[in-house]
Amino acid sequence: MEKLKEILKERILVLDGAMGTMLQRYKFTEEDFRGTRFKDWPSPLKGNNDLLSLTQPKAIAEVHSRYFEAGADIAETNTFSGTTIAMADYGMEELVYELNYESARIAKEVAREFTSKTPEKPRFVAGSMGPTNRTASMSPDVNDPGFRAVSFEELRRAYKEQAEGLLDGGADMLLVETVFDTLNAKAALFAIEEIKSERNIEVPIMISGTITDASGRTLSGQTAEAFLISVSHIPILSIGFNCALGANQLIPHLEVLAAKTNHAISAHPNAGLPNAFGEYDETPEQMALQIKEYLDKKLVNIVGGCCGTNPDHIKAIADLVKEFDPRPIAAENYSA
Amino acid sequence: MSSNDKNISTSDSQTGQPRYLKLSGLEPLVITPESNFINVGERTNVAGSKKFLRLVKEGNFEEALDIARHQVEGGAQIIDINMDDGLIDGKEAMVTFLNLIMAEPDIARVPIMIDSSKWEIIEAGLRCVQGKCVVNSISLKEGEEEFINQARLIRRYGAAVIIMAFDEVGQADNYQRRIDIAKRSYDILVNQVKFPPEDIIFDLNIFPVATGMEEHKRNALDFIEATKWVREHLPHCSVSGGVSNVSFSFRGNNAVREAMHSVFLYHAIQAGMNMGIVNPAMLEVYDDIPKDLLEHVEDVILNRKEDATERLLEFAETVIGKEKESKVDLSWREQPLQDRITRALVKGIDQFIEEDVETARQLADKPIEVIEGQLMTGMNVVGDLFGSGKMFLPQVVKSARVMKKAVAYLLPFIEEEKRNNPDSDGGKTAGKILMATVKGDVHDIGKNIVGVVLACNNYEIVDLGVMVPPEIIIQKAKEEQVDIIGLSGLITPSLDEMVFLAKEMERQQFKVPLLIGGATTSKAHTAVKIDTQYSRAVVHVNDASRAVTVVGDLLQKDKAERYKKAIKLDYESFREKFLERSKKKTYIPLEEARKNKLGLAWKSFTPTVPNKLGIQVISDFELGKLQEFIDWTPFFRSWELHGKYPEILTDDIVGTQATELFNDAQAMLKRIIDERLFEARGIFGIFRANSIEDDDIEVVHQDSTKIFRTLRQQLKKRPGAPNMALADFIAPKDSGISDYIGCFCVSTGFGTDELAEQFRKDLDDYNSILIKALADRLAEAFAEYLHREVRLDHWGYASGEDLNNEALIKEEYKGIRPAPGYPACPDHLEKLTIWELLEVKDKIGVKLTDSLAMWPAASVSGYYFAHPESRYFGLGKIKEDQVRDFSKRKGLSYDEAKKWLAPNLSED
Repeated sequence: MEKLKEILKERILVLDGAMGTMLQRYKFTEEDFRGTRFKDWPSPLKGNNDLLSLTQPKAIAEVHSRYFEAGADIAETNTFSGTTIAMADYGMEELVYELNYESARIAKEVAREFTSKTPEKPRFVAGSMGPTNRTASMSPDVNDPGFRAVSFEELRRAYKEQAEGLLDGGADMLLVETVFDTLNAKAALFAIEEIKSERNIEVPIMISGTITDASGRTLSGQTAEAFLISVSHIPILSIGFNCALGANQLIPHLEVLAAKTNHAISAHPNAGLPNAFGEYDETPEQMALQIKEYLDKKLVNIVGGCCGTNPDHIKAIADLVKEFDPRPIAAENYSA
Repeated sequence: MSSNDKNISTSDSQTGQPRYLKLSGLEPLVITPESNFINVGERTNVAGSKKFLRLVKEGNFEEALDIARHQVEGGAQIIDINMDDGLIDGKEAMVTFLNLIMAEPDIARVPIMIDSSKWEIIEAGLRCVQGKCVVNSISLKEGEEEFINQARLIRRYGAAVIIMAFDEVGQADNYQRRIDIAKRSYDILVNQVKFPPEDIIFDLNIFPVATGMEEHKRNALDFIEATKWVREHLPHCSVSGGVSNVSFSFRGNNAVREAMHSVFLYHAIQAGMNMGIVNPAMLEVYDDIPKDLLEHVEDVILNRKEDATERLLEFAETVIGKEKESKVDLSWREQPLQDRITRALVKGIDQFIEEDVETARQLADKPIEVIEGQLMTGMNVVGDLFGSGKMFLPQVVKSARVMKKAVAYLLPFIEEEKRNNPDSDGGKTAGKILMATVKGDVHDIGKNIVGVVLACNNYEIVDLGVMVPPEIIIQKAKEEQVDIIGLSGLITPSLDEMVFLAKEMERQQFKVPLLIGGATTSKAHTAVKIDTQYSRAVVHVNDASRAVTVVGDLLQKDKAERYKKAIKLDYESFREKFLERSKKKTYIPLEEARKNKLGLAWKSFTPTVPNKLGIQVISDFELGKLQEFIDWTPFFRSWELHGKYPEILTDDIVGTQATELFNDAQAMLKRIIDERLFEARGIFGIFRANSIEDDDIEVVHQDSTKIFRTLRQQLKKRPGAPNMALADFIAPKDSGISDYIGCFCVSTGFGTDELAEQFRKDLDDYNSILIKALADRLAEAFAEYLHREVRLDHWGYASGEDLNNEALIKEEYKGIRPAPGYPACPDHLEKLTIWELLEVKDKIGVKLTDSLAMWPAASVSGYYFAHPESRYFGLGKIKEDQVRDFSKRKGLSYDEAKKWLAPNLSED
């Protein structure tokens, strides 16, 4: 933890790239997803990527290895949808703790292996906490704007279970990411604070929001600065943005953060915007060229990739950041 | 207790970021030492607003939201929400209201202050809001343990907090207790809870002064001095409070209260109070407080004299006296000439205008100078006030009445001047604007309002009236060399007329901008259908206040070209987005839609046999009976006063104007009824009917049959939702059930045009518009009345019904009365069938124009459907296959059918 903060002052850390994009390459079938353990599970399981940590752990470990090889400092656990809320689609609420625990364990094991090989470049595991598939401050029904499909309390409970699994499995930090509704993120932060105080531990927290379109706002309508203010009440390691936009489009929003906070700033954009077929086709070189502008402007401390990125993108980014100094951050953020 | 300064764990230098109170809604609010006083809106507090309490009790959250919106529009930077009332479930109300606010970006942009004395309500509220809120409030009242717990949770939820100066002993009521409790609270929060000091706001208790009690004398002063101490000794925190408390003992004397608030704030802000709850309407500008009043009030607030209270009380009597007097006060007549003229225009007083204009004329070299000078100066004030939302439309129309009267008085002198001096300049206007309601359409209320308001702004209006054929518009535009052409229309076929005119203007190489307005017009239609026909600027303008800005922008000398280009681009991108969006909808073929029609359970349904079949005519109907059926809300809307009747009469912003307009309308209505100025006529019939071939309704009257063609929804519905057509509400012929349908036409428009014209000739646009708006309301009321008579009596299918007018407006009755041209049956052609069936023209004299608008304009026609499941719906867009099918059924050519159905035809 302290080491992490020290390193952040010295250099720019590289976050890994997309998990889903990599897993697609394995072309897993329904049977592969089920493995032997879930052979008779009543609902279809293909597409439940988080489950692969239990049924195809080797593939997950392999993806982490590929990213570490490419130069990533931080691997994200395969737990983007690992909450009771998102797992309800598969009837797998009961498995949530195990999924998170195992995913963190696998990533941590790979990280240890790489750290022992190159102790001067220690590798870390960030427990990925996705937004779930419901929003706490918007109604899914246009005719009933006061309706909510999920409550703060339900989210808090779900996130707490996820975070406990991730920490027990060995995650070095937690990454509350792809925040499209700030209230969901606040429920996650609330749950993490509870765990911190119950266990009397410190947990580095990364928060990463998502600006959904050219309006420059989150899906729930907040500007970048309003988002920053809304999640700044607890000590955090970094704040930033990921997903929805390509690297270029994130620049103005990162600039707002850079001007308004002294926390470390993270960015893991998509490989450009999807083309007409919904595919991301930006090359590693194209993406690195845009990331260079982040570095020239000293906007970031942690940078990686989201949808459509692969180890080649991460390698291009890792090679690039070596040449640059990180954005200066506050000596110490006040903490509880 | 040790000095807290040493205990604050961080200082600015450590984080590098200054420690400001930062809040957020959808947008940030950062309060810095340079920030002006932060005004917290408090109308959404059940304890502070009786209206809000009533709305919440009634569950009328929609209007409760309007209150919140008004607050934000009025400049509140934070809105305080309080649901603490014995008669409401505070927790549920808080959650419901906050969830609804989150769906309103124009409200949710500001931070929320969650206000309750109950912790469970505060916590429920915190769980609803994504932004950083303020909790109002917690205190040491129940001891340190609870205080610490609550503070920890507030921090975890990510909110700032108001701390009341309250402890286990009670509320702080003097200087020492205020600072002691503040310091104790602060130390606990900062040192034990690690609460960020900038997120702490103290409410140091504002109590009334001048109550006559010795112990209250220092209430204001103690607050001010304690504020100063807190800001100096407790770093980074804020101080807030509810200001109106201070003047509580002067309830009923607003002049004194307003002065007290200003004086109190003036001193409290200097001491460091940086936010609070203040009603802006109850605030006098400090510098504008009369010197003697100021001195008395300051004596009380600052406790400067032993007998300050007695002296202010005594002085207050004289202030009340002055207020009463001013109601009949004509002292403004003593003011300089320009001020008198401006006041007459702003206030709409025509009593003295000729006298004042005559004075001005005698002072002027030429009579025209009075118009260009004093009158325009006054009208500019009117324009500015209207533009900034400080005057409302009915007032402006009254101003125009005064202006016209003044100009009319001057005209003979101007003519004479011209005869004597033919070379003289006739006076320049800001621009010449042609206005017309297009061919086939008779509706002109909106057009007249826009015309009046533009005339007020020194534009010359060439008004061609209603039903103006395109060739006349083109010809007049050339003759008069107008600068802008404005087209208006209310019914859907008018949209095509506008498209045609745009094409024609392009063909004849017009260059002037084209304005489009009227109830059926929209920015989407303008962008997609009209803008593409005319290469010059086309702007959709749907209210009078916007018309002024748009015309101003279009005609200003240097920037007009840039504006026009921007408009063109705006419409182009709007069009692209619109087309893209509408493409996403999926439609199904007509055959498929028919298979998915609304299948009512006809086997178990027996239609009520009407008490009386056939046609009945109502001539010269007693208008007085309609009064109670009037739906006033649309009446206010036609004057651009938005809000529901009757609440609109007491609305914070438009209430005064709405009341004045309503009184004028009532007086006019009384005249109309007493003097029988309008004639009301109606006709209706109930007939045997069955639906045939899915979408048609066969109607049998005596020995002949007529067929109504209905249109069916083609939008792909979610499973279980039907694709409806009106025919679905009538039993199919093959069911063997005899069913019935009704149709009707009512009009209260006979006599309207003549009367309106008379007012116009008397230069009274205000009453001319008023009378037309009233005629429209009466026609709607007549339709409502007749529908009830039919339900209860003539048809009698709902004879047990007992609904008041409000329930009628909400359409709580059984059965429906859809009108051709409206969403369920947007095609106007069926009016022709109604006209044939009922012989409307011969029997009551209501005619149809080329575009199938009814004349007189104040008329309503439609069908009656009685089935309890029948309901209003919108047809939405239809596809070409239905247009073809419809054209065959109607015996029209495809092109003809397409022309009539064009507004509903899906684009792709």
